Amino acid sequence: MEKSATLTTSSSTLENKPTSFFKKLLQQRMLVLMSVPFVIWLFIFKYVPIWGWTIAFQDYQPGVSFKDQEWVGFKHFKILFTDETFAEQFLRSVRNTLAMSGINLVLGFVSAIILALLLNEVKKVAFKRTVQTVSYLPHFISWVVAAGIIQTTLATDGVINELLKWTGVIDAGQEILFLGKANWFWGIFGASTVWKDIGWNTIVYLAAMSSIDPSQYEAAEMDGAGRLKRMWHITLPGIKPVIIVLLIMNIGYLMESGFEPQYLLGNPMNVDYSENIDIFVLKYGLQQFNFPLATAAGMFKTVVSFILLFAANNIAKRMGQDRLF
Amino acid sequence: MANLASASKPRKFSSRNSSLGDKIFDICIYTALTLLMIVTLYPFINTLAVSFNAAVDSMKGGIHLWPRQFSVENYKFVFAENTVYNAAMISVLRSVIGTFVTVFASAMVAYTISRPEYVLKKFVTIAFIITMYINGGLIPNFLLIRDLGLLDNFWVYILPGIIGVFNLIIIRSFIEQLPDSILESARIDGAGDFRTFVNIVLPLCTPVLATVALFSTVSQWNSWFDVFLYNSSNEHLSTLQYELQKILQNSNTTSSAESGFANSGAEAMKVSPLSIRATMTIVASVPMIVIYPFLQKYFVKGMTVGGVKG
Repeated sequence: MEKSATLTTSSSTLENKPTSFFKKLLQQRMLVLMSVPFVIWLFIFKYVPIWGWTIAFQDYQPGVSFKDQEWVGFKHFKILFTDETFAEQFLRSVRNTLAMSGINLVLGFVSAIILALLLNEVKKVAFKRTVQTVSYLPHFISWVVAAGIIQTTLATDGVINELLKWTGVIDAGQEILFLGKANWFWGIFGASTVWKDIGWNTIVYLAAMSSIDPSQYEAAEMDGAGRLKRMWHITLPGIKPVIIVLLIMNIGYLMESGFEPQYLLGNPMNVDYSENIDIFVLKYGLQQFNFPLATAAGMFKTVVSFILLFAANNIAKRMGQDRLF
Repeated sequence: MANLASASKPRKFSSRNSSLGDKIFDICIYTALTLLMIVTLYPFINTLAVSFNAAVDSMKGGIHLWPRQFSVENYKFVFAENTVYNAAMISVLRSVIGTFVTVFASAMVAYTISRPEYVLKKFVTIAFIITMYINGGLIPNFLLIRDLGLLDNFWVYILPGIIGVFNLIIIRSFIEQLPDSILESARIDGAGDFRTFVNIVLPLCTPVLATVALFSTVSQWNSWFDVFLYNSSNEHLSTLQYELQKILQNSNTTSSAESGFANSGAEAMKVSPLSIRATMTIVASVPMIVIYPFLQKYFVKGMTVGGVKG
């Protein structure tokens, strides 16, 4: 009996005793003190803004108390989708969001998998390490720095135009203003995000590749499979589970096409293709102070994202993968 | 041994174990990877070269990998500006304070939700995980920050981002992998949860905390949008990234009437907007570029734990 009294704080003995919830809570007051303040923080900074969605259903007036706001139901959502002036821009921003996140998804996956496959074939450790370290570099710079670099590279006197002139593709005086070509923006965006994150995205695949059983490669070599064949029949199937999990997870983020690259590389000439939902929200919300409309647009994005994430999670479960979250 | 010295000297394809196809395959891979390195590094080296080149000379163009007229005038000019000096201070401050707060708080909460006996374990975990699915969005967040009186305030850089769910998850996974016996022996010695956490769990978690610290430092150092959104009217709270963003914005549009210090410099003819831009780019990116290679083995591990397991 004495022994169990001294051990009451340890878990195993507690479970056997029919202690009430509050008694346990009191016993674990240190754990409570260590976590509950941050739950309060979480409530203020993450849950209170969700309450802010009510603005989307009001003709919100700044400085007027909550109960005196005029409730207008789905008026602002109707405006977003049907109003002559707004709907066109909003639907364009939805299109741009989906297009750019789609491009991101496909290019991001394909490029990172290819790079991981190539790195996996490199036998010289020092070279492999160097390539890896270099390829992580752009991930650690801000989008501001990246956008500056991209603008410089694509400028009329930038290195791309110089290369084109040098190879004879264009003549002097025909320099291309890349960021001024609206319908090239998605391509430039895709190339930029690949440049920035290709190395970073290989980390997960390389880890998965390193856990493939080497005896599989040996067996294949005995059977006369060349390196390309081994890549295709052993390495790729070996990382298939990781690819599937990441793919499903990323489908959940289709409404998130990013904000910074589009904002920083966007300009009046390419706005038709660069403005996504996030920029739409910023433009109408904080630059034109149409809070309800901007909140409605933001809310639409979050709700669709939520549905997509849930669907993705369910697909993952059904395919026998671990829960993603 | 002779095989190892291959690439530079073309040899006959007779080395043991490798066919002609293998050689070609290797050459393709090495070429592709070298090209990737060039594409990744060239813009940085070029920017570095321009930043160390005399400004007037740079305007003639044609600088690629090395400065033509070496000069440190650009750096002298940039750091003589109070704005830049002050912005650098704020960038350092927010990175240091933000990282400390984030690492400590995330680890502490992660510890509590790793304790199987904790009665609020589920509640706390779920409360955090829900925020991965739903967030209020730009406008409600802005109104919240305004109502909390955090506009024009340094703490707006720290408070909203104390704990990220991703960090919480990777630290928790790490703690759960620690051998139970260590924690149990601490308890038998009579250590309370807080002491166990500080004296035993924290030191054991160094690898994962290094990862989280790196992520936090990078995101603090690199963020400019919160400066733009919440503190743009207060010059004393500006950061390097935001100063650079303003310069880029100005060189992007045609109007240069209000382009601030980049223009006042051009009048002196010692520096040009082009050189200022390159110099600020280097100043704003070099600290992170210098740090990350040293933490590579940690973040690679952290990404693998967090990225797949979730």
